[in-house]
Amino acid sequence: MVSAIWLVIAFPLAGAVLLLAFGKRIGEPWSGWIASSTMGAAFVVGLTAAAGLVDGSQHPETVDLFEWIPGLGVNASILWDPLSATMVLVVTGVGALIHVYSIGYMHGDPGYGRYFAYLNLFAASMLVLVLADNYGFLFLGWELVGLCSYLLISFWFEKPSAAAAGKKAFVVNRIGDFGFIIAMMIIFATFGTLSYATVFTEAPVLLSEGTATAITLLLLVGAAGKSAQLPLYVWLPDAMEGPTPVSALIHAATMVTAGVYLVARSAALFQLAPFSAGTVATVGALTAVFAAVIAIGQKDIKRVLAYSTISQLGYMFMGVGAGAYVAGVFHLMTHAFFKALLFMGAGSVIHAMRGEQNMERMGGLRKAMPWTFITMVVAWLAIIGIPPFAGFWSKDEILAFTFDKGGGYLALWVIGLITAGLTAFYMSRMMFLTFWGKPRWAEGEDPHESPATMVVPLVALASLTVVGGLVNTPLRLTLEHFLEPAFEQFHVVLPHEGSLAELTVLALVVLVVVVIGAVWAYFRYLREPVPAETGVTWDRLENGFYVDDFYGATIVLPGKKVAEVAAFDVDTKVIDGAVDGVGRGVKGASGRLRPLQNGLVRSYAAGVLLGAVGLLVWLLARGAF
Amino acid sequence: MNAELVVFIIFAVAALAGAFVLVMARNPVYSAMGLLMTMFSMAVFYILNEAPFIAAVQVLIYAGAVMTLFLFVIMFIGVDRSFDPKETIPFQRPIAIVLGVGLFILLALAAQGVWVTGQSLFAGEALGTIENVSDELFGNWLLPFEATVLLLTIAAVGTVALARFEISEPRPVIEVVTPDDEDDVSPEPDAASPEPDAAPAASSDEAPSAGEEG
Amino acid sequence: MEVTAGWYMLLAAGLFAIGAVGLLVRRNALIMFMSIELMLNSVNLTFVAAGRELGLLEGQLAVLFVMVVAAAEVTVGLAIIVAVFRYRSSADVDDLAELKG
Repeated sequence: MVSAIWLVIAFPLAGAVLLLAFGKRIGEPWSGWIASSTMGAAFVVGLTAAAGLVDGSQHPETVDLFEWIPGLGVNASILWDPLSATMVLVVTGVGALIHVYSIGYMHGDPGYGRYFAYLNLFAASMLVLVLADNYGFLFLGWELVGLCSYLLISFWFEKPSAAAAGKKAFVVNRIGDFGFIIAMMIIFATFGTLSYATVFTEAPVLLSEGTATAITLLLLVGAAGKSAQLPLYVWLPDAMEGPTPVSALIHAATMVTAGVYLVARSAALFQLAPFSAGTVATVGALTAVFAAVIAIGQKDIKRVLAYSTISQLGYMFMGVGAGAYVAGVFHLMTHAFFKALLFMGAGSVIHAMRGEQNMERMGGLRKAMPWTFITMVVAWLAIIGIPPFAGFWSKDEILAFTFDKGGGYLALWVIGLITAGLTAFYMSRMMFLTFWGKPRWAEGEDPHESPATMVVPLVALASLTVVGGLVNTPLRLTLEHFLEPAFEQFHVVLPHEGSLAELTVLALVVLVVVVIGAVWAYFRYLREPVPAETGVTWDRLENGFYVDDFYGATIVLPGKKVAEVAAFDVDTKVIDGAVDGVGRGVKGASGRLRPLQNGLVRSYAAGVLLGAVGLLVWLLARGAF
Repeated sequence: MNAELVVFIIFAVAALAGAFVLVMARNPVYSAMGLLMTMFSMAVFYILNEAPFIAAVQVLIYAGAVMTLFLFVIMFIGVDRSFDPKETIPFQRPIAIVLGVGLFILLALAAQGVWVTGQSLFAGEALGTIENVSDELFGNWLLPFEATVLLLTIAAVGTVALARFEISEPRPVIEVVTPDDEDDVSPEPDAASPEPDAAPAASSDEAPSAGEEG
Repeated sequence: MEVTAGWYMLLAAGLFAIGAVGLLVRRNALIMFMSIELMLNSVNLTFVAAGRELGLLEGQLAVLFVMVVAAAEVTVGLAIIVAVFRYRSSADVDDLAELKG
């Protein structure tokens, strides 16, 4: 079954091609069902192929599809090992649920077929990214998901803000890609190939710590762009302009996790560069706390979730930076479950409120939308880290490993702890403002529960959120054992789990902080009237400490000025002027030469004679006679 | 001091004099006479260079036929046309004289390089007799000879064709318009320039009738 | 002093130069034409002198052909001049400036 693993990519890709060509003609709702079936089929294939890996009967395997750029060691080859299997299952599983959800959510949209084509294309690209066995093929997937992200964020491209958001995402990603490309160049210069097998096995021999640090730091730049870490996170809040299922799939569950995957995959390299690993963890921690603070001040329900995503990604980076690759991937998985659920639930709310996204105008929705409410509560409890839901296990594991690493990582642990409290606060705030209290919506609005196509995936994800954490409890480290071969094949050393007692103590500390955060939000927001959050501080929070404006002034504005000068001054005056000048010069010269053509035979004869004399002079000078 | 030298000097002077008369005479008939004298001198030179046949041909054709034709046309066109001695093209005369002198000097220099002065190789041999010339001409050079026959035929036909065009009335003299220094290339209408195409159409209508009458 | 071929060629060069000057300076079409004839004659003289010097008959044959062509050229050229004269009633070549650019 493993040799047919390429079907995982082929199914969504075929769906994308089919829908790009005929989507408009197929129309609702069949485009949606076709797209969802391709995802489902891919999931089934992945599941079957992973079965062998679960019981350990299968070893990591490479499946070659075709040669692409052999000179770079870049071929269309698939590395099928537990890490890629995990990613495939997350992408296809959560992806399939989101596809089904979209069938209901996108009902009535004129771009229905186009939407599902892009979604399938995105899925295919992401699968290429996680299945590649070399950096080049991965980069192909990397760029393609960036493209699909652009296409989907600016899906409603007639809206100027959506088009601008898509552009912003692409450009900021590009900055990260720049680092990635340079990292690939250095890798190729050192190893002569981009293939994982060669690079990771020979890394301990060929890489000096300096080179390893350089490569890994540049990979971090790329990962930071894709996974919205400091300072390249600014595109993700704006990316909420896209349809909510897009936010769920791309900006919660899959694309943004590509950075984490990249670091986890390159574990062999990060192992040789402790400085970079520390940088990764620090960036992650700082991003986590910074985004959490900003999330407190957001009034748009999707923006809360956007900053929450940035913050949780920070956790994942903290995990992989501390060498706890399995913990980071575990959190990736659980986060995919509950964040997708949160986004889809938010989408359900927005759908019911007919497009309203400002929480100040919501309230009391738990009676109107029971299913959405219940599933959102599950997700809420998971993300803040209440046992036995998924988020508790994964987040605590990251914090435990960070604590265990000691040294500077202890400071990061403290930051992670504070962030956990903040997370509890802002998520509870979101829940209380949206679902509790007296309704604050306009007269005549009648929000009701969403259709089944939207609610069923919510329930499915909620179930996963409840049980998902149990795959890697300290008592039964199933996921860790599953993922071990993926790292061992490249001689990556995984940290040891702490003692049960230590873990319990740490978990209790975190739990206390979390409860404090939630209770604080309870007392603040569960009263009438809801506190009006205005004023300088709140504005600062809401605008993300004006980082966007800062970038705008320092980078975007000068860039625009340069472009304006180039377009209007250089292009118009200099280049056009040169071309026009050539034309004018020719005209002028010909005007001056025109009197020669006076039509008089005798002056022409004089010209002939002049030429003859000149010729003789030249010949004589050459000594031809 | 041998005979050839004397003859050469006399007729060289004659040739040059004729050439100067050609160029400088106001009356075209005088110019024709000057050319005639030059041509006779040429004939003498040909004889001196052992080309008697060519000399005879020169007198027959050039002095006899060509110059006669020239004189005929001069008479036809009108000898008493008074010329405006002013030169219309600026600097034409100085340029012409400079170039002419330059050309002469250069050719003289060119000629010096190759030739070895001294005795000629085949002094005294009879070279250009009629027998020799005809042997070569109708032997090796038959094809060019036939080609020249063709050429003459075509020339005759062309001349007859040209002579058939007649016009109804003479057209006035057209002034030369000097070009202005403008950017626009708009054709400036001449002072009085009727279409040249109208005339041949008119004349070709008359031509058949003229042919019938003639 | 021997009259060598070089003298003839020098004389021919001089006649050629005079013919060229005449071509440039005179405005009467007929006189320009006669100047051309003068130039052709000087070339003929050069050919004959060279042929004698080298002992080749081809020099004289060249002269023969030149003469034939010159005769044909004179015929056609004079016919043209006559035709032009009929249009313009002037033999001044400066009047024929219609190709002015």
